[in-house]
Amino acid sequence: MLRAALREVSTALKEGQVSPTELCQRCLSLIKATKCLNAYITVTEDTALRQAEESEKRYRRGQSLGDLDGIPVAVKDNFSTTGIETTCASNMLKGYIPPYNATVVQKLLDQGAVLIGKTNLDEFAMGSGSTDGIFGPVRNPWSYSKQYREKCGQNSHLENEDSSWLITGGSSGGSAAAVSSFTCFAALGSDTGGSTRNPAAHCGVVGLKPTYGLVSRHGLIPLVNSMDVPGILTRCVDDAATVLGVLAGHDPKDSTTVQDPFNPFKLPSVIDVGKLCIGIPKEYHIPGLSSETLKVWSKAADLFENAGARVIEVSLPHTCYSIVCYHVLCAAEVASNMARFDGLEYGHRSNMDKSTESMYAATRREGFNDVVRGRILSGNYFLLKQNYEKYFIKAQKVRRLIANDFVNVFSSGVDVLLTPTTLRDAVPYVEFIKEDNRTRSAQDDIFTQAANMSAFLHNLGGVRNLCLKNIQVLLYSRQSLTSDLYKKIYVNLSKEYGFKVCIWEEASNLPTQGPIQERAEKPSLQVCTSTEHKWLQHYFLTGNAKPDQI
Amino acid sequence: MAAPVSGGGRLCRLAWRRRAGALHSGAQPAALGREPGKVAAAQSGVAPWRAVVGLEVHAQISSNSKIFSGSQVQFTAPPNSLVSFFDASLPGTLPVLNRRCVEAAVMTGLALSCSINKKSLFDRKHYFYADLPAGYQITQQRLPIAVNGNLSYTLCVGAKQSQMVTKNVRIKQIQLEQDSGKSLHNDARSQTFIDLNRAGVGLMEVVMEPDMCCGEEAAAAVRELQLILQTLGSSQAIMAEGQLRVDANVSVHHPGESYGVRTEVKNINSLRFLARAVDYEIQRQIEELENGGTILNETRAFDYKLGCTIPMRDKEGKQDYRFMPEPNLPPLILYDAKSLPANIDDQQVVNIDWIQERLPDLPSVKRVRLVEQYGILPEHSFTLLNEDGLMELFEDVVRETQMNPKKVIGWVISELLGHLKQYDLTVKESPVNSLSLADLLNLLERGVISSSAAKQVLEELWKGEGKTPLQIVKEKRLELIQNQRELDQICQAVMEGHQEEL
Repeated sequence: MLRAALREVSTALKEGQVSPTELCQRCLSLIKATKCLNAYITVTEDTALRQAEESEKRYRRGQSLGDLDGIPVAVKDNFSTTGIETTCASNMLKGYIPPYNATVVQKLLDQGAVLIGKTNLDEFAMGSGSTDGIFGPVRNPWSYSKQYREKCGQNSHLENEDSSWLITGGSSGGSAAAVSSFTCFAALGSDTGGSTRNPAAHCGVVGLKPTYGLVSRHGLIPLVNSMDVPGILTRCVDDAATVLGVLAGHDPKDSTTVQDPFNPFKLPSVIDVGKLCIGIPKEYHIPGLSSETLKVWSKAADLFENAGARVIEVSLPHTCYSIVCYHVLCAAEVASNMARFDGLEYGHRSNMDKSTESMYAATRREGFNDVVRGRILSGNYFLLKQNYEKYFIKAQKVRRLIANDFVNVFSSGVDVLLTPTTLRDAVPYVEFIKEDNRTRSAQDDIFTQAANMSAFLHNLGGVRNLCLKNIQVLLYSRQSLTSDLYKKIYVNLSKEYGFKVCIWEEASNLPTQGPIQERAEKPSLQVCTSTEHKWLQHYFLTGNAKPDQI
Repeated sequence: MAAPVSGGGRLCRLAWRRRAGALHSGAQPAALGREPGKVAAAQSGVAPWRAVVGLEVHAQISSNSKIFSGSQVQFTAPPNSLVSFFDASLPGTLPVLNRRCVEAAVMTGLALSCSINKKSLFDRKHYFYADLPAGYQITQQRLPIAVNGNLSYTLCVGAKQSQMVTKNVRIKQIQLEQDSGKSLHNDARSQTFIDLNRAGVGLMEVVMEPDMCCGEEAAAAVRELQLILQTLGSSQAIMAEGQLRVDANVSVHHPGESYGVRTEVKNINSLRFLARAVDYEIQRQIEELENGGTILNETRAFDYKLGCTIPMRDKEGKQDYRFMPEPNLPPLILYDAKSLPANIDDQQVVNIDWIQERLPDLPSVKRVRLVEQYGILPEHSFTLLNEDGLMELFEDVVRETQMNPKKVIGWVISELLGHLKQYDLTVKESPVNSLSLADLLNLLERGVISSSAAKQVLEELWKGEGKTPLQIVKEKRLELIQNQRELDQICQAVMEGHQEEL
């Protein structure tokens, strides 16, 4: 039952073959049994069982809320969850309990989904291995597969299980491992430079990175606001489409979401890729590419060709600049976004009480790891008045060139780009940590993050991404979301050939202006008073006073 | 740099006056003979100094809720009772622009003859301060909502302050931004308390070019801006409540030379202090330079108790605000009748032309109307507008009486306003309302009482006992006696009572 796809288990729930509570309990015990994976930071056993009970009542009354009712889901620990600790795997937010739900979390709960836990990640989602959080690295479930054991058997030095386990990729490694190890049926990740697609590729699950603006970021603790997208991890493409249907659409709390109405869709079963033109970007054929990945890449291209598609070589000439460009833009936004963590309002506060400034400094030194501090430092450097033109503005210009590469290719008649997701398969942890976080991110995001940069640009239309284990397909079209062409592609890849598919949904009109809110006489529900919220009660002060003195 | 010592402020102030006086003494202020801002050097033979003053005015937008969140805006509320998750910068929260704030800025921009940018952008300005929870302020640095405007204001000059001179100051830009919270320092216990009620309240920063040259001009310009904002309703602009805050950039130079190094004087919370702070700072800079010193490009605070400006310690050192685009707010697009797309939801757009059509009469227009309609003096029209509610009172009285408005204005300004000033009351708080004043003036106009009796009645009315003027006249027997016999009797009685004198 736990290995079933979301849609199958949903049917089982509706037909009464299994009850939501039973399903939840089974997932919870599997989480305990697979604790060594370190996929979860917080397991919300009590609330999950309560939610399952509620769901059960609804089923009994015949008032199920839909496909997700009673389905156990997991959420990356950088999405705010009411009453549930949200840490970003950082000392800075250890013990921080948000008073509100991220929009995507709320949408899942509104559909009756059962939240069973918060998943592990790199600290503040900065990393590509899920190895750099304060709760330790996530282990790839495939480390314990028969195939991998056999492979290790051939290399005697990797025989020791303790040192041979594989990383999940990251930063949404916890979510990928959770879905891959059958402890939940869908999980939320986030994708800024490949953080959903990369671990999905390494853990063999579907990783969907929707186009920027299609899914609300409200409540997602930001890494890079202009590139962050909530990601969806599931075991098959139908499930990803189902979850996307729940999450997508305009959110008045996120001014960067598309304002056009979004119509959820189901994937049909008829297929024909005969008229497709598949582009193979030559710049993605780089020295670091493993022979294994190259082989899969060619095989995927052959599959298309054999099915009648036209496969041609294309060029994305600015690809080589994308990593360095990403690092400048990412560091700059990180420096800005992290400025709020000063120990005053929430999260960690140092005992240093000499002055406000020394308290800030100590709080931030104790709260952030080296990776985060490094990005803050370089980001602030890039934003200095004397450097702004040289770095930030230049990087923004390069970002536009990279996006234009995609526009040019797709407007030349190419329907689909076929590329690897990562250079190679997941590597053992001991291998991975030989390089630092920055070097690793530079290598591992190389095929994914150009899409994050281009997705923000207006009028690009949609870039859609499919992946077969380690292969992704970038799609683009000015056609509407549910056009037959795309249905065919999804189905072709997912059903006909059994590919693991990762789709990107199209945002046909990214907002060119923010929504403007006409506010009622009375303030919105967001308003709270200091007595209602603990986080505000302990708000204040610098100098010698401790919060309890106030 | 010579730091002003305690009490120095007052002395400097006197010196500045004396010197300014010396310059113009003898030279009777022949038509605008006084050239404000041009200050004689201490030693004769040295070129005079010219002062240059530019202003940055922060006006809190009058709106129900904050500029990027749904929290209520209210001046008096318990600390931290009007704080949304966004205002407290909880991670993951995002800004959503308040339409009312945009409209207020557009209205203000139009009233100041600005060109309104149909596309404007938001930026983050970074600095660490306890009452700035996010570590940055959202503002409009690169492309503000309105630019290139103009503000006309009028000064009273001449020996009796009876001549009116109209001056202009260019408006560089108006930008939308967030207010910060408030820090309350308890030095004794070395504690700082933070109140976030104000954090995120919408501000319009109005940047004025350095077209002014003394404290009086600066104060007059701000006063005119204040009246405009209040007329528009875009800000209540009450300085005492911090709804209008002024920073002054001041420098001095010799005519013909380039501008001197400027200082920024912050924390000015009244018009009177603005004038004093600017004049003090001009004088201080002149003295500093004449004593061979240099002016530092620094931020200074005005200490209203000492009457002088002092360097601000916590703003020492050069701040690099590390500006960057605010990624969570797409460009703000405004429309006019021409560019308005068809079939668009009215609630989702701000139409500049629509706002332009609905602009109320500005103070300058009202003044012209008052002068034309009632035949009063221009300076009286200024007085009527300067006092909140006085113009309405005047017009009500005129409507209710047969008295010539030219006479009414004298009663309103010399008598009523004089009384109010004496007791430090506002027009709203006046115990004498337009109705009773009108009654009183009618009694006077009909010859029931004399002018001096009317003043006596006004004194009685001032006690606020709720009596009508007629009641008072009756009680005090203040009527002019029209009856010949009665007058004869009185005269007779007086004469009989004073036989000796006769």
